[in-house]
Amino acid sequence: MTTWGYSISRPRSIDIDRNDMSYSQELLREYPELQTCIACGNCTATCTAANLTSFSLRKVHTLVRRGEYQGMAEELEKCMLCGKCRLACPRGINTRQIVLTLKKHLVNRSR
Amino acid sequence: MTGRVIIIGGGVAGMQTAITLDELGFKPVIIEKEASLGGKLCRWDRLFPTMTPAQEVLGDLLKRVEKTASEVRTSTTVSEIEEQGRGVTLSDGSRLDAEAVVVASGFDIFPAERKEEYGYGLYDNVYTTVDVERMFREGGVRMADGREPKTVAFLHCVGSRDEKVNQRHCSRVCCITGVKQAIEVKQQIPGAEIFSFYMDMRMFGPGYEELYRQAQQQYNIHFVRGRISEASPTIDHRIHIKAEDTLIGRPLRMSVDMLILAVGMQAGSSNVAFGRNNNIDLYPSGFLRPLNQFSGNVRSSSPRLFYAGTVTAPKNIGESINEGIAAAYQVAQTLNAAKS
Repeated sequence: MTTWGYSISRPRSIDIDRNDMSYSQELLREYPELQTCIACGNCTATCTAANLTSFSLRKVHTLVRRGEYQGMAEELEKCMLCGKCRLACPRGINTRQIVLTLKKHLVNRSR
Repeated sequence: MTGRVIIIGGGVAGMQTAITLDELGFKPVIIEKEASLGGKLCRWDRLFPTMTPAQEVLGDLLKRVEKTASEVRTSTTVSEIEEQGRGVTLSDGSRLDAEAVVVASGFDIFPAERKEEYGYGLYDNVYTTVDVERMFREGGVRMADGREPKTVAFLHCVGSRDEKVNQRHCSRVCCITGVKQAIEVKQQIPGAEIFSFYMDMRMFGPGYEELYRQAQQQYNIHFVRGRISEASPTIDHRIHIKAEDTLIGRPLRMSVDMLILAVGMQAGSSNVAFGRNNNIDLYPSGFLRPLNQFSGNVRSSSPRLFYAGTVTAPKNIGESINEGIAAAYQVAQTLNAAKS
């Protein structure tokens, strides 16, 4: 078969109507303090992995909260679990624990 | 010396000015355009951040005004303020002289129809925060067909920080109003999902940040950073909205049962007419510019012309009441000095 190199772009929009928000809601029930995130980026600013890779816990967290799980487990592999983010978080969120929990739950969801 | 001081506007700032002036031995005359005193406070249900019934604050002020010797002229407007603050011309053409004039004419609510892309007045189930206060006073939030909404979106900064409608300023109180109402909707309808689209959250007052945090943690309000670009009706009378989730950097779409626009404060429509007085200066926003933003917030460039409340800038109720007290004391200082 001849391939012409064309492809169809998937829509980039986050569609809340279609996304499965159930895991996002489950996560919030388990860690209600996640809701207090003010997206300041302090976790990413202090992050050892973010200094070397494109990893951003703030972004991963926001995507999960919108029901976007694809690729998240792979993203979380970049975290070295050093826990500096937890020391920096002004809302007192146990960010390291969040990473561990997300990794455990999302490994089956993200494909 | 008649001791007469004209107060233009019978909202919270004007009422407090009258109360304090009376205490200081002057004769306040409140000119109010509506049929009764109270200003915008008459339209609110509960007040942020304490959820105090508006009626409580209003009732207290009304009672205290009643105890004074103030003259109250309702359903009357002022068409002109005399250059040196020695009198005003009323809308019926008559003149009223005074020792000083306090302008406490307040603000106007931004007309949401001007942001046509959100469909206010065009589609069902698009409301403003002002409408929501009315709904709460009438027993709760309902959609056009009488049902309770299951998904609600709030949009902040409607008519604020927006060059397209010539409102470049921040109206300050809409952030906390939106947070308060989101909580109230959730209290009324615990199962509802509430999304709040914001640009910045400006929690400037005591207890505001705490209420915001409560909205996040206790009430599970979803705060999405991004301005809704447009709203359109769906075939089943819901509202489809488009925004960017700017924390992710991707467009976001969803449909909601109800869209609530957090409308801002714009300069009072009478400010332009007042500005014909050479001692009254206007900011580009249309609010009146006080003599000095630090030490002369209630003064104009004329020693007998004063300001109180939101006529000079968006303010909350406590700040407006404080300015009423401040203006009254400044009036007393000026008039007592002139007497001796």
